[in-house]
Amino acid sequence: MKSRTLLRHSKEGLKNIGRNGWMSFASVSAVTIMLMVVGIFLILIANINHIASDVEGDVEIRVHIDMTASEEDKEGLYEQIDAIDNVAAITYVDRDEGLDQFIEDVDEGSAELFESLRNENPLNDVFVVETKEPQLTEDVAGEIEQFANIDTVDYGEDIIEQLFAVTNMIRIVGAALVLGLMFTAMFLIANTIKLTIVARKNEIQIMKLVGATNGFIRWPFFVEGLVLGLLGAILPVAAVISGYYYLYDLLVTEAILSFVDIVPPNPLTFEIAAILIGIGALVGVWGSLMSVRKFLRV
Amino acid sequence: MRVTLKIVTIQGMRERKMHVFFEGSDRLIEMRDVTKTYGNGITAVNNINVFIDKGEFVYVVGPSGAGKSTFIKMTYLEERPTAGKIYMNGTDLDELKRKHIPLLRRNIGVVFQDFKLLPKLSVFENIAFALEVLEEPRHVIKKRVFEVLDLVRLKNKARFYPQELSGGEQQRVSIARAMINHPPILIADEPTGNLDPQTSWGIMDVLQEINARGTTVVMATHNKEIVNVSPKRVIAFEGGRVTRDEQRGRYAYEK
Repeated sequence: MKSRTLLRHSKEGLKNIGRNGWMSFASVSAVTIMLMVVGIFLILIANINHIASDVEGDVEIRVHIDMTASEEDKEGLYEQIDAIDNVAAITYVDRDEGLDQFIEDVDEGSAELFESLRNENPLNDVFVVETKEPQLTEDVAGEIEQFANIDTVDYGEDIIEQLFAVTNMIRIVGAALVLGLMFTAMFLIANTIKLTIVARKNEIQIMKLVGATNGFIRWPFFVEGLVLGLLGAILPVAAVISGYYYLYDLLVTEAILSFVDIVPPNPLTFEIAAILIGIGALVGVWGSLMSVRKFLRV
Repeated sequence: MRVTLKIVTIQGMRERKMHVFFEGSDRLIEMRDVTKTYGNGITAVNNINVFIDKGEFVYVVGPSGAGKSTFIKMTYLEERPTAGKIYMNGTDLDELKRKHIPLLRRNIGVVFQDFKLLPKLSVFENIAFALEVLEEPRHVIKKRVFEVLDLVRLKNKARFYPQELSGGEQQRVSIARAMINHPPILIADEPTGNLDPQTSWGIMDVLQEINARGTTVVMATHNKEIVNVSPKRVIAFEGGRVTRDEQRGRYAYEK
């Protein structure tokens, strides 16, 4: 296509947006609201995933070995655990080491108290097992429980399950909401463009009579839909970037909630901005092509 | 079957890909046992056979609802037949791909009773529109537009807008637009239907000149006077059938 023709199509498309001002405004608003929600959900999900992977990374299986187990038993157990498919690493922590770690973690007053226990250490020797994927923790723990010479097997069952439940729920609710809003926006754009088409019915008929291809006729509507979608993306993109930077500043730099670990805004917000622009363009173009199709049948 | 895409150069315009239907054979339109039944069950055209050759001037007459319009619409592919075969210069339209229909239409000029000009465009722009669609370069468009405006004697009205012109002048603009691609065939659906007798003759002059230059003209009309005073081949429709097809015919039915 020649650049002059492209210019013509763009001019036509933009003219149509102005011609149906209020409907265009409604479509843009719908896209804006939809993308706003998409943006918020993407930020939410990114952060939940971030926190989840932190927690999941911490999840380990602690295999407490029977006090009565001999060195040979321990070696046998080690080999058995090592033979399980999804085990990534096994660390042996003997009871003295375990107590050292424990004392390090508690405050000084209690530390002295526990120090006095050194001679009758209540702890077991422990194998700390890491799995290849956090989701596999439960299965691997189940297998290990079957082995001999084990006192108990611990892992963060509750934390993991709750975390997965919450993440999944947010993902499902988010997806449903986004899909619903996306179709609403698309429907509005399709209708807006239908108005332009009706207004230009004569023109289209004449174009067809003088032998314009469907592609040629479709272009201005394509431009119109694209521009509506992109206009709808402006506000959400600005809001996501500036809003998230502000929030991050507040939480991290100002140290209001310094223990909350959230994803830094760069590059996250820009990735989300790109996604929002992409969805806006897609919804706009899809809506426009949907409404033109019917009118192009000979 | 010849459904061919070729690079052709049309009278000074840049080379372009289009269907070459109108070379070789002299038979431009051939309808065999054609029937058109609309979705509402009405059969508008019932088993007609029509043949139109290169260079002919044909009147299509008949009362309203006789099938004239449907016949006309089938010639420029606004409607497709429900049964029978249509050949354009030997090419079976059943074998014409949908995406090639625009290419075929560039070979057919169409004129309507209500002109179908775009009110917001000047005379020049209205005609140029037909070439912009084909992405012709601007200097070619300008040259061609003035050529066809000369043909319809409206060279001095290029900057006017349709509502500033008389009905006859508007119709001449629409004829100019239809002729912009040098089509071998011009279809006119009641071109004088909205015009007074004096103006109608002006339109007839233009159409006859176009015909004299070699373009086949098919004209649906209710205008008894024109048919009788300027006798040519007449195809008469009644109740969806062709009831009469004669050279130098007369209008010959009472409204």
